[in-house]
Amino acid sequence: MNWEVVMGLEVHLQLATRSKIFSGAANHFGAEPNVQACAIDLGMPGMLPVLNEQAVRFAVMFGLGIGAEIGKRSVFDRKNYFYPDLPKGYQVSQFFEPIVGAGVFDIPMPDGSLFPVRITRAHLEEDAGKSVHDAFAGQTGIDLNRAGTPLLEIVTEPDFRTAEQAVAYLKALHSLVTYLGISDGNMAEGSMRCDINISLRPEGQDTFGTRTEIKNVNSFRFVERAIAVEVERQRDILEDGGHIVQETRLFDAENNETRSMRSKEVANDYRYFPEPDLLPVIIDDETIEQIRQTLPELPNDKRNRLIHDYGLGDYDAALLVDSRALADYFEAAAALCGEPKLVANWMLGDLSAALNRADIGIEQCPVTPVALAGLIQRISDNTLSSKLAKQVFEGIWQGQGSADDIIEQRGLKQVSDTGALEGMIDEVIAKNPDQVAQYRAADDNKRKKLSGFFVGQIMKASKGQANPQMVNELLLKKLAG
Amino acid sequence: MTSELHERSALELSRALQEREISSVELTTALLQRIRARDDALNSVITVTEEQALKEAQAADALLARGEAGPLTGVPLLHKDIFCTQGVRTSCASRMLDNFIPPYDATVVSKLRAAGTVSLGKTNMDEFAMGSSNETSYYGPCHNPWDLDRVPGGSSGGSAAAVAAGFAPLATGTDTGGSIRQPAALCGITGLKPTYGRVSRLGIIAFASSLDQAGPMTRSVADAALMLNAMCGVDAGDSTSADVPTPNFLDALSGDIQGLRIGIPKQYFSADLNPRVATQIHQALGELTARGALLVDIDLPHTHQGIATYYVIAPAEASANLSRFDGVRFGYRCDNPQDLTDLYQRSRSEGFGEEVQRRILVGTYALSAGFYDAYFKKAQQVRRIISNDFKQAFESCDVIAGPAAPGVAFKIGDKTSDPLAMYMEDVYTLSVNLAGLPGMSIPAGQVDGLPIGLQLIGRPFDEATLLRVGHLFQESTDWHLQRPALGASQ
Repeated sequence: MNWEVVMGLEVHLQLATRSKIFSGAANHFGAEPNVQACAIDLGMPGMLPVLNEQAVRFAVMFGLGIGAEIGKRSVFDRKNYFYPDLPKGYQVSQFFEPIVGAGVFDIPMPDGSLFPVRITRAHLEEDAGKSVHDAFAGQTGIDLNRAGTPLLEIVTEPDFRTAEQAVAYLKALHSLVTYLGISDGNMAEGSMRCDINISLRPEGQDTFGTRTEIKNVNSFRFVERAIAVEVERQRDILEDGGHIVQETRLFDAENNETRSMRSKEVANDYRYFPEPDLLPVIIDDETIEQIRQTLPELPNDKRNRLIHDYGLGDYDAALLVDSRALADYFEAAAALCGEPKLVANWMLGDLSAALNRADIGIEQCPVTPVALAGLIQRISDNTLSSKLAKQVFEGIWQGQGSADDIIEQRGLKQVSDTGALEGMIDEVIAKNPDQVAQYRAADDNKRKKLSGFFVGQIMKASKGQANPQMVNELLLKKLAG
Repeated sequence: MTSELHERSALELSRALQEREISSVELTTALLQRIRARDDALNSVITVTEEQALKEAQAADALLARGEAGPLTGVPLLHKDIFCTQGVRTSCASRMLDNFIPPYDATVVSKLRAAGTVSLGKTNMDEFAMGSSNETSYYGPCHNPWDLDRVPGGSSGGSAAAVAAGFAPLATGTDTGGSIRQPAALCGITGLKPTYGRVSRLGIIAFASSLDQAGPMTRSVADAALMLNAMCGVDAGDSTSADVPTPNFLDALSGDIQGLRIGIPKQYFSADLNPRVATQIHQALGELTARGALLVDIDLPHTHQGIATYYVIAPAEASANLSRFDGVRFGYRCDNPQDLTDLYQRSRSEGFGEEVQRRILVGTYALSAGFYDAYFKKAQQVRRIISNDFKQAFESCDVIAGPAAPGVAFKIGDKTSDPLAMYMEDVYTLSVNLAGLPGMSIPAGQVDGLPIGLQLIGRPFDEATLLRVGHLFQESTDWHLQRPALGASQ
């Protein structure tokens, strides 16, 4: 039987506010355990939450970024459950009236098409702390630094059919939230955590199969692998006539499998009710409009502009807008040298290869847009051949100066002077009379092959600095006699 | 001034302090002595902070000597043990918090300290403010100074008993369904529950967040105005505190009540009310009409539904508010927990008393899937209806008056086996919390030597009218000056 995979995603996004969502404690990753938790975060008796306005702004920015409805009135609710890393015994979330309503988010696919994903809602909530299981033998430690970190939970409709779509969505989401500056989107540090709801049904069937939820998958690659192994697991069960158990599962990357979590959730009733310590959040049209004015150009718009203004291909444009830093780099370099296509080629070729080798991002790139533009100018004015340009690029990367500095230091300037080139050609012809005779006796096809010998000799004699194009032209004339 | 120090009002003591007739240290020492000598019989104070009180009194005397004192400088008071006090155990009268020493003050505590008051200690109460008799306290029941066999009311029973017994002229209380007004009535003192949002809740251990409100418990209406001045005001740390103008409530005391319309809800004089209490209330109303007020019949048709509504909403909120007491970070933890579930179950079963557990269970049930609509949501709807009833009533009157409690103080143990009878104690008070209105109980008579309270209910943020009516009543009556015998005077 052919099975259709049906998936919906829930993403927990940590918002990059300065302080926590309901307290003044700092909101940073990586501090010593329990130093970034104040009496409010600890759920001390008598403490009360005060809503962080920036978190609300960020949620509205996200809503506007995907063209969703903004809840002009949203309400916080208490989600009740006991867990040691949940200090109050309830999580303050938004259940009944979320801040961001329905919207559609267009995802660029590798083939250049757009895949529309329906966003169900996005709501604000506080993160819980962390249980630390490996710090004390036989005991569990609690680190409440994370407690109260603002989260935006983004829920989609079950619109995904392939892992490729799911990953493309997550990449587009990552790109959107970093453009907006509302999150660092760092999956490895847990700033962006993905839950995948996944079920199978026979192709052509309308109703959904029983789903499982894979929790907290923390990289794009793991999302792809988790989906693949879970689909296989469910397919095997279904094809053996079995039933899928609705449950929460964990992806184990080491063993490449999903495992049933000892589910605290199956029988859980969260007993949501409106949080009486907080007033409803009321946002008027004027504020929404004001926030809209502050939005930066978003990835989809930027991609279209790069295609139209710089004549880039769909694929190159999509790669360049992947991050705001990358796109900014491109536009800066393109403006400096006036050669957008060459800039794109270099960025997506040698530059990104070098970044990958060094395992750093464009933000840490030692070659500035100015330096890349300087290099490209020397290519377009024929000072450098592409071969020489690669050497110069290496030099810039290693901090040896600008393209011009390196050309100067190494005397790498391409020789494009007709007189100088003719001298070199004459010398090579004079040294190789046999080959000249062979060439002149040969037909057109053979001549092409034989001319390569002469070019090689000339390039060698010029230490690679001869302008290859001019050498070709001049050589053919001379050989023709 | 001939009366004993412990019988005087805060305003009288304030005058004596300002005129250097007495020092705050003398006054504080005298009251601490009185507490030590007499509280064994009452059990109204859980923690006496003698050393700290004397330090504060010395500081107050220094201010008084420099002429930099305010009206409350050097005046002693007691805090209900639900207000967090930095460095002083705050137990909420629960085994759960028997070892809890907050690293912070409640906003009310810091405001009153900033006003120069001297804190003598922390008063007994029903556990987590759940009760109407002070019998659910982990530290044992508090006794009514008018009759030691009887309850002082609750939950702020310790504060009411202490003020009546002359331990302090002022005490803080909190009122979620009547917890200031009912004990004030049963102990013959003045108790004011301000409008929801008038006083910050920050640092007050929450019972039901949408209903809790702190207020003054005093020997006179004028003292309540004085104390409310120092307690109220918007607080950036409490999102539900109201950003409204705060008048000088002492100014509200002057003026007459000529033509003031007093609404009398017939539902407050039904069969639940002890007829002898009813007679006294009618007499008290007569005093007010003699001063020019007009009585108007009004209808509060959902008064009785208020009880059911309250006993869904308050336990529901409490069930979540009390979840943080889980034995993990602070408070009581059971011995040798086997695993996490055992830690939770035994810490909470051993740490919470019976009434608290009952309300957590009721609240948890009311919020459960499948029951939410029938209970919690329905209760929220009825709450709105009750609120509208009051709004409508205030179209034909300026203040509402009636009894604060259906009877006088009852015998200790009389109602402990019947929670529903106990819940009836708040039948006239809790709908005021549901509507978020200000309410005040003032001494208005006695039945068999036991005090009864007249309740005045006002429009939102119109505490001023309550204070004016109450003050006028106290100018022409002396019920508020009656003191329990409590053995020989010191």
